[in-house]
Amino acid sequence: MSAIAYLHCFLGVSGREWRRFVQQRTRFFSALVRPLLWLVVFAAGFRAVLGISIMAPYDTYIPYEVYITPGLCCMILLFNGMQGSLSMVYDREMGSMKVLLMSPLSRPFLLLSKVLAISLVSLVQVYAFLAIAWWYGIRPPAWGLATAMPALLLVALMLSTLGLVLANAIRQLENFAGVMNFVIFPLFFLSSALYPLWKMQEAGPWLYRLSAYNPFTHGVELVRFALYEQLAMAPLLWCLGLTGLFGLVAVTTFNLQRGQGL
Amino acid sequence: MTTAADRTKRAHPMLEVDDISHRYGAHQALDRVGFSLEQGGFHALLGPNGAGKSTLIALITGLLRCRSGEIRVAGRSLSRRACEARRQLGVVFQQPTLDLDLSVRQNLLYHAALHGLGRRVAQERSDRELARQHLEARADDKVRRLNGGHRRRLEIARALLHDPTLLILDEASVGLDTASRQALNDHVRALCRERGMTVLWTTHLLDEIAPEDPVVVLCSGRVIADSRAQALCTHTGTHSLQDAFSRLTTRPVVTEDPP
Repeated sequence: MSAIAYLHCFLGVSGREWRRFVQQRTRFFSALVRPLLWLVVFAAGFRAVLGISIMAPYDTYIPYEVYITPGLCCMILLFNGMQGSLSMVYDREMGSMKVLLMSPLSRPFLLLSKVLAISLVSLVQVYAFLAIAWWYGIRPPAWGLATAMPALLLVALMLSTLGLVLANAIRQLENFAGVMNFVIFPLFFLSSALYPLWKMQEAGPWLYRLSAYNPFTHGVELVRFALYEQLAMAPLLWCLGLTGLFGLVAVTTFNLQRGQGL
Repeated sequence: MTTAADRTKRAHPMLEVDDISHRYGAHQALDRVGFSLEQGGFHALLGPNGAGKSTLIALITGLLRCRSGEIRVAGRSLSRRACEARRQLGVVFQQPTLDLDLSVRQNLLYHAALHGLGRRVAQERSDRELARQHLEARADDKVRRLNGGHRRRLEIARALLHDPTLLILDEASVGLDTASRQALNDHVRALCRERGMTVLWTTHLLDEIAPEDPVVVLCSGRVIADSRAQALCTHTGTHSLQDAFSRLTTRPVVTEDPP
């Protein structure tokens, strides 16, 4: 098979993902409303309680809304990555996974195409959120919006491949609701998305350590610095490594259990 | 594209199933199954429910990994040249696999993309297959609005988009009324005649099989007969395929071990 055949295949997979996204407008709507609620309601109430001192990458005192914006961008990526893997579980039940697997192209390529397609759709949602946040008054440097893009894409890939690993491990659709509770919420709350890690340190060394090793924390920090035109090296390496690891595990576990759900 | 020239050049049978065994835990689903399909024509894989037909199809289509034995499609081993082998296969699965929220044409274009076909080729082939299935008028309808018979025909159109040499239909007539069932069967036979397709049609319904069809009968995971439908009757001393089938599948059969 030629490279052009692989390109056509990728375009087909991402086109389908895009069409699904456009058709399911409620999904887009809820993906936007969720972080906006956090931004407008939660942050407004919380800013009075939580003072944020000057810390990198910010060069001045910042309102709490500004602090949680990168975390909320990643929240969109997290929900979408998990929802993407949910759709793959659903696909497997509904048989359209069979259609994907009947392709003569290599299977790791097919899966990774799917993951990349899901991630690209997520990016569109993040920028829709950032546009509304801009209008609301959260204004990172304009160039920061551009430098954040590769960071967001990497984090999206990391979370979607993690989602795929989970989807491979979970056979029944019913169990996925549990994953939402046991994966999404812990990842989100035990991270630097809502409060800086040093605040966590005050809360307890245990929570702090969990948060410091949470992949989601590295994702949020990568995006936070990128949004202010800075490169955070350690989070970048973490995210690259974890994406590679999750991708590898996702592809191999998928191969092992080929044909399940027949 | 398969031309007449390279069809004659290829001396391999279209499908070779060689000593396949498969188990799910303690349950032996397939036990040393072996047969081969010659090039061209309508071949039936017959067996009562639970005989192992679906497992066999999952192995042939590469959805399950073959742990013991080997399968070759047009001479290409599924374990060593999986991509090439899958390229030769067109499959209509028992459970529908269409995306109901996409239009008829979008479903076809998606499949074409998965097979690496460019947009223009994909459009041409979709038009060609839709015309052949008399579905042109429905091209822009959502699949959700199609009836069962039309959905099946769309799945066949999709399975033929990438010009496979072997078309597999796994219980494709399940859920259709008698008239649509007959129409589907006639249609697939016409494909064999007119395009020289090799078709493997699995079913548990005997009225879908003609006396001259080559038939492989699977029962409890083993091949218990492999001949023309007619010969089954002669062999079992019965007058109808129905009787031959029930005799074969209910009594313990003395199977001759292959030499």
